Amino acid sequence: MNKQVSQVGVAALVLLAALIVGTTYWQTWANAGLADRQDNEIRLVAQFTIKRGKIYAADGRTLLATNVKKKVAGQTLYFRRYPTGPLFADVVGYSTQSRNRSGLEQSYNDFLTGSNANLDTVVRSTLDKLRGSTVTGNDLVLTIQPGLQALSRRLLQGKCGAVVALEPSTGRVLAMATNPTYNPNLIERHFAQATRTTAPCGAPLLNRATAGKYQPGSTFKMVTASAALDTGRFTPESPFYDPGYCIEYGKRVRNAGNPEAPETFFNLNLTTAFEHSVNSVFCNIGKTLGAGTVLSYADRYGFYSVPPLETPENERVASGLYDHGRLFRPKHPDTQVDPGRLAFGQERLQVTPLQMAMVAATIANHGVEMRPQLIERIVSPGGHTITHLQPDRLAQPIKRQTADELTRMMELAVEGGTGTEARITGIRVAGKTGTAETGRANINTTWFAAFAPADDPKIAIAVVVENQVNGFGGSVAAPIARQVMEALLR
Amino acid sequence: MLTAVGFASVYIARQDVISTASLTYAGFFFLLYLAAHLVARYTVPFADPYLLPIAGLLAAIGLTEIYRLQPDDAFKQGVWIVVAVALFALTLFLLRYDYRRLESYKYIFGLTAIALLLLPILPLIGLTVNGARLWVHFGALRFQPGELAKIALIIFLAGYMREKREVLAQGRLKDWGPLLVIWVLAMLVLLETRDLGGGLLYFGIFLAMLYVATSRLAYVAAGLGLFLVGAVGVWKVTPHVQERVTIWLHPWTGSKVYCPLSGQPELRQNCQSFQLVKSLYSIGHGGYAGTGLGKGTVNTIDGHPLIPGATTDFIYSVLSQELGLVGAAALVLVYMIFVLRGMRTALLAQDGFSKLLAAGLTFGFALQTFIIVGGILRLIPLTGITLPFVSYGGSSVVANFVLLAGLLLVSNRANREALR
Repeated sequence: MNKQVSQVGVAALVLLAALIVGTTYWQTWANAGLADRQDNEIRLVAQFTIKRGKIYAADGRTLLATNVKKKVAGQTLYFRRYPTGPLFADVVGYSTQSRNRSGLEQSYNDFLTGSNANLDTVVRSTLDKLRGSTVTGNDLVLTIQPGLQALSRRLLQGKCGAVVALEPSTGRVLAMATNPTYNPNLIERHFAQATRTTAPCGAPLLNRATAGKYQPGSTFKMVTASAALDTGRFTPESPFYDPGYCIEYGKRVRNAGNPEAPETFFNLNLTTAFEHSVNSVFCNIGKTLGAGTVLSYADRYGFYSVPPLETPENERVASGLYDHGRLFRPKHPDTQVDPGRLAFGQERLQVTPLQMAMVAATIANHGVEMRPQLIERIVSPGGHTITHLQPDRLAQPIKRQTADELTRMMELAVEGGTGTEARITGIRVAGKTGTAETGRANINTTWFAAFAPADDPKIAIAVVVENQVNGFGGSVAAPIARQVMEALLR
Repeated sequence: MLTAVGFASVYIARQDVISTASLTYAGFFFLLYLAAHLVARYTVPFADPYLLPIAGLLAAIGLTEIYRLQPDDAFKQGVWIVVAVALFALTLFLLRYDYRRLESYKYIFGLTAIALLLLPILPLIGLTVNGARLWVHFGALRFQPGELAKIALIIFLAGYMREKREVLAQGRLKDWGPLLVIWVLAMLVLLETRDLGGGLLYFGIFLAMLYVATSRLAYVAAGLGLFLVGAVGVWKVTPHVQERVTIWLHPWTGSKVYCPLSGQPELRQNCQSFQLVKSLYSIGHGGYAGTGLGKGTVNTIDGHPLIPGATTDFIYSVLSQELGLVGAAALVLVYMIFVLRGMRTALLAQDGFSKLLAAGLTFGFALQTFIIVGGILRLIPLTGITLPFVSYGGSSVVANFVLLAGLLLVSNRANREALR
């Protein structure tokens, strides 16, 4: 009988050992899969037991995101508060129970919850866990200047649009404002109220600065002129004849102004054409260079790829030609794309304010494009800096000489051309206006891209304002850009 | 047997983690275990020195976790532990000279088992909880008689098989008669009460004891075969069982399926398999090291419990979240040590009745642990049954302490005779 008892005993032990194997499976092998399940509330609740890192503006004092402690069923939970409300909503985003996360709250969740892989953070979080004390995340300090941000938003008040300001030499984002926007404090409990807007354009959750797609209008002439000069096919003095229109596919494409009597400049050079934004000249440049060449310069500036930034990838879009809502990269650009209209910013071009600010910043930075960055530094709860911003050269789309020639042309556009509204006494401003027709009578998307001071650029800016009745880039967007630049430079 | 004190101090430390105010609580249970220990020393001085401390440790872990989840339930559980220890002492006292006289009453035990199993079916006192009719209640007092029926059944099986083991091995139908009658009755009762976990448990114990008695592997094979046929049959005709199997195989659905609970289409993880799935999340969240006792996530953000029945059937999922893989594995190892000591007792025992009794009790203990934890881990379909010593539930604690007393009695006698 003893043999049988032993065998039954072994069987019993095997059954119990299977339990250890099963537990191991769920706690190690299958753990990641379980954690990612939508209905796994534990993970969600556990996130709220972590004291997320705070988020500050560039001054290191203005608090953009902080925590409120609440005791629920004997458990201490931390909920997010955003002291500046809507001001930084599009950049900072939100972290909630019901709507999950967006913005930097989403893309920097690891740092904010102390679960990033830095040795320092790993050691600290593990110690916190072992000690049973609250895990505290790392703080973020942004590059955005709170004063500039507030001014930008104030200037957009009552309008739909966005402002992006960069520091050309480093790529620091100095301001990134959009309107309409939302109050992140309302997302959790009053989502409907948070997403309600009186603005006619709607979509307050959209970060128009990085995900708004607009016809660039004449601001795209910065890219066309880059191609014209950089290829060596034209110089700033290249002569043109402007009859008030250019001929494409056997038809007249008229300049801006009254269609019966469009602006007409007759004999002029490239600089003057840029200064006064003469469409017929750029139309002819486009026809000479071909759509392929113009698009390849757009490519060099970063069109056709999602611009790098620390916000979540799905909150940014690429600029370029769009066909039926999808990015369209023509296989045979010279037959598939209208080169003349492309050259002065029509065709099916759709661009983001961030991309146009990057173009302006590249010209300002002598042809070197810097990676735009939002995060100045990440600080551990102990005050130790984990990482800090390192300027990163993204590309050099144009030669230094080309950039300097373009700077001169953009300066003239502000001095006596279409962008005179952006003039600042005592400071040399370089800029380019843009006015894109929306297809509805007299309603335009207005643009201004600029940088200043032209001889030592400290700020590059792109401003877009949607749906302006009889409004132009020079009259609507340029004054906004001027005030933002002036606020920084004075 | 000083280990008892060691384990008790572990218990105090654990309690301390949760709340310093519960030190008196801990002190009281320390004294209770000390009393149990002294009774055991007096009545069964030669008994295995590991079994009682292990039981004490498991009960302490359970009580601690219940206290952490539902402080009110912990008090009730504490009262039940006092009752259980009293019954434990009573059993030891009554049977301290020779427990083997139980063998003469084997048929009484067999009938008692059936009677106990039948109790919940009776009107007035019967009670259905979670789809199984397993409870009797007298006023506020609730009891699951099936837990004690298990022990009675094991005593009957041990006695009967000891007497008839030679003839059983020959396979004469006449000798199988009483066994089969009791067996079929028990199974019918189980089917009627819809206690699938219990059915599996009794059947497993029956097969294991039959094998020990007859050493005929063919019987086990035939039994398992019968069980499979029976299981498929039951599965075909019982929607309740079909549902359990579906939950086991496909707890998650990608699209909405009909939800019998609400009558609406729902994702299955939000409907029938809600409990199982939430429990798996709890286990997974523990990872290697666990969140720490009292630090786990057992409530939603609004403060509602995440897993229904966390203190009873699903206490293992909370424990493995808070203690992690290391702690959960250690817990299972503790069960394994208990089983090892129990089987050792069966090996050392001199007579067939004692061997069958110890082996039956121990295997039943192991199988019950496997059925509930294996169900939670999706090794087998989930059936509600308590985790011995740890789960919240008065009948379970009482039955397990009586089971422990039985093992100690067998062990005491075996060791005493070995010393002679």
